[in-house]
Amino acid sequence: MVLFVILCPIVAAILIMVGAPARKTALAASVLAFGATLFLIASFKQGQHDFQHVTSFTISPEWRLSFTTGIDGLSLVMVLLATIVTLAAVWFTGTIDKYENAFYACLLFISGGAIGAFASIDLFFFYAFHELALIPTFLLIGIWGSGNRVAAAWKITIYLAIGSFILLLGLILLYQSVPAVSRSFDIRTLTAAASLGQIAAEAQRHIYLLLLIGFGILISLFPFHTWAPEAYASAPAPAAMLHAGVLKKFGLYGLLRLAIPLLPEGARHWTNLLVVLLLGNIIYVGLVTIAQKRLDWMLGYSSVMHMGYIFLGIASATILGTTGAVVLIFAHGLSIALLFAIAGELRKQTGTLVFDELGGLAKVMPFAGLAFGFGVFAAIGLPGFANFAGEIMIFFGAFKNGWEMDRFHIFQIATALALWGVVISTVYMLRAYRKAFMGILNDRWNGLVDFRSGLRIPVALLVGALLCYGFFPQFFVRMVTPGFRTYLTVNKSR
Amino acid sequence: MITAPELEITVLVLGMVILMVEAFATNIDKRVLAFAAITGLAIVLLATFFVTPGASPSPTTGFWSFYTADRLSIFFKQFALVTTIFVLIMMTDYAPVVRSSFPGSTSQAGLGEFFALPIFTCVGLMYLVSAIDFVFIFVSLELVTISFYVLVSFTRRNPITLEAGIKYLVLSALSTAFLVYGIAWIFGVTGQTNLQRITEVLANPGTDRGAALLGMVFILVALGFKIAAVPFQIWVPDVYQGAPTPVTAYLSVGSKAAGFVVLLRVLQPFLALPQMQRLIVLIALLTLIYGNLAALPQANLKRLLAYSSIAHAGYLLIGVACFDGRAVSFYLAAYLLMTLLSFAVLIIVAQQTGEQISDFDGLAKRSPFLAFAMLIGMVSLAGVPFTAGFLGKFFIFYAALKQHQIALVVVGVITVGCGFYYYLKVVRAMYWQSTAKIDKIPVTGLSRLAISALIIATIWLGIFPQPVLDALQR
Repeated sequence: MVLFVILCPIVAAILIMVGAPARKTALAASVLAFGATLFLIASFKQGQHDFQHVTSFTISPEWRLSFTTGIDGLSLVMVLLATIVTLAAVWFTGTIDKYENAFYACLLFISGGAIGAFASIDLFFFYAFHELALIPTFLLIGIWGSGNRVAAAWKITIYLAIGSFILLLGLILLYQSVPAVSRSFDIRTLTAAASLGQIAAEAQRHIYLLLLIGFGILISLFPFHTWAPEAYASAPAPAAMLHAGVLKKFGLYGLLRLAIPLLPEGARHWTNLLVVLLLGNIIYVGLVTIAQKRLDWMLGYSSVMHMGYIFLGIASATILGTTGAVVLIFAHGLSIALLFAIAGELRKQTGTLVFDELGGLAKVMPFAGLAFGFGVFAAIGLPGFANFAGEIMIFFGAFKNGWEMDRFHIFQIATALALWGVVISTVYMLRAYRKAFMGILNDRWNGLVDFRSGLRIPVALLVGALLCYGFFPQFFVRMVTPGFRTYLTVNKSR
Repeated sequence: MITAPELEITVLVLGMVILMVEAFATNIDKRVLAFAAITGLAIVLLATFFVTPGASPSPTTGFWSFYTADRLSIFFKQFALVTTIFVLIMMTDYAPVVRSSFPGSTSQAGLGEFFALPIFTCVGLMYLVSAIDFVFIFVSLELVTISFYVLVSFTRRNPITLEAGIKYLVLSALSTAFLVYGIAWIFGVTGQTNLQRITEVLANPGTDRGAALLGMVFILVALGFKIAAVPFQIWVPDVYQGAPTPVTAYLSVGSKAAGFVVLLRVLQPFLALPQMQRLIVLIALLTLIYGNLAALPQANLKRLLAYSSIAHAGYLLIGVACFDGRAVSFYLAAYLLMTLLSFAVLIIVAQQTGEQISDFDGLAKRSPFLAFAMLIGMVSLAGVPFTAGFLGKFFIFYAALKQHQIALVVVGVITVGCGFYYYLKVVRAMYWQSTAKIDKIPVTGLSRLAISALIIATIWLGIFPQPVLDALQR
């Protein structure tokens, strides 16, 4: 079943490349993948931290390399996020002027790569699936992008290529750091070795630093974030939705999956560095976001800024904080996808996203205004949206933190500063809402049309999921805490 | 039962027969000769799988003290045969260009030798990978080089080709001189030419290692020329650009692979000397940096592939510096597939438009199949997962990290980033840019088959490396 979810988009992409009708095939594949994920959730056994639905094909017995897929609570949440955003992104795409088939194929390759990475137990395929998205992203921004698309496409591609090769070095070192008998790319084997204390503290520090830089570049951790706003501003809306909403979460998933269970000593050693960098994301990038004059750039920067909160949850090393990070990953993925979708629709109709030229659009596009309002409130973290649940858990978790520092320390300063970050994001989000949708309507925009009913369904899907999990975040808590509890308590007792 | 030396003899006879038929049967379409050669080589390739690899039965005297049939050599014999088959297929596509460079004579002029010479190169390569004695290494290397002299300057009315031929001839002769001089030094110190016996003599503490090392450095200069390592790479861009394109492909795959196999073999006696590793690390660093940086501004695809061939020599040298023969061999296998794939597409497209990267503009619209093939070739050369090129780099970086070669790893990662830029430049031209030309580019059935096979093999090897790894198992 897991394999089916991974293969759905990839097979559909290949079919589309060969000549199947693009939109129908893509929609069918994403609906199927979403349905299969719902089935996986229904059949998921709660309260276990082991992987379920495991299937394995041996690739190289000599390297103990096998194509192993399976899900635990954490990866199921990520797969759910990926399938929801894929469905929404494909639905939003509509007709494309040139190379329609290639566009849908690229989207589905990104989606399949992300789902594959989230559902792979084997680190080699975890890595390789993520890279599957690299070339499609290059093509999506290059062919169908807008604005400064050439520079943006080169920047994102080279940044991500170097970032992922640094990550690869970290993974190879991880493979080499365990004794030869348990040497494997299988996360379960590595976790077992780590829980026996077989990964030396020295090695953990090196590996964690490599992973932090590698994943950091992929997640746009300050100061490696400069590729992100430009790429998201130039990318066509569905690509930005998938990349900012899903693919970027790969790095955060990787840190949760590898850093916490395998490298506790490395995480402890580099905590201060990580906290300083993530404050760069929240405060510095937050202030930069306020200064933006275009909606697409503002959304790009805001997505970089919100990564800071998720990093804070991961750095806290508490069950509460890491669970909050997962909730926020999910919530942010949906809300940023929603905002990019609406921004894309605005660009398609007006041809500009400069704040000073927009204004009063809610009069002609009431539904878009409402949906954008939902997205804005979710991004700020108003109670009722899943973002609120995630952020509050992160703040509590970070203030307490798992490192048992007894004096007034960096985490409490960081939490206080991060809370100010919420004010920063309120400023730029509400300002964007006011400038784009409120105020006096420019006469140029009298002819705009609201979302047609077909496009309202994906909006409803995204908003519905945000509200649903905002009121019932227990869903995530039950899914992911068994895993985190095992690792965090094991590490603490040692 | 087939034994290994029979393979070379068969190929040699095949080459002779083709030449004879070419000389006496004047009225046939010369491309028939190419198809006959391809069929013959394919049969020999099939036969290699029935040869039991093993060390020499009597390694002290006679033929077997020159020649080994170990797994490595069998693997690279297959490698040479596969390369030659694909090069011959490309040559049939390239035949119109060769014909047009012989004005005034018959419509078939020159084609017969064009198809026969690669077979002799192939024999040389096959002997070379089996050679375990300096004398034999020298003789087979000369067989390869001399047939390349002719091939490189084959379309001799073209001044650029002529320039390439002269450059290759002079520098190659110079490198051969270095090789002989180095062999002489080593022979002077050890009194031996057999690599095994040189190892034994060098292990003896009474031997003058300094003099042997000097000899080895001379040999390294000669092999550095073959594998296009910095600072012996100056000839590469001009010769690669000027030579007929199938010959360029042959040079960059066959000649380089042979150089690396010989390098792995002759380094064996010198592994105990730490100076050697330091020297190779230095050459690898220079090659990586030069090859990748110089490739960045290239606008001519053939020249870009020349610099990329230098860059890949750098990655291969990382493997050599870590003494990981399997990683090097796997990388070479991956390199064979992706380089031949790129050249095969280049030959077909260049005849319609040109060799510049801008000539590939809008290829995705004109010929989606060729554009996709080039895309796979380029992303594999750049090192994207699920292609052979990625696994090659993976094994190389694995070896480097295991040996704690931090400098090589750091430079390697940065140059991979460079690589993404210049390989994706070609992808950008094919997919982003638009062109005024809309006519389809014709592809013959045989080429379509060859290109499809290369695409499938590139992806297959990127997902299932185990068969090749097994073939390289010692």
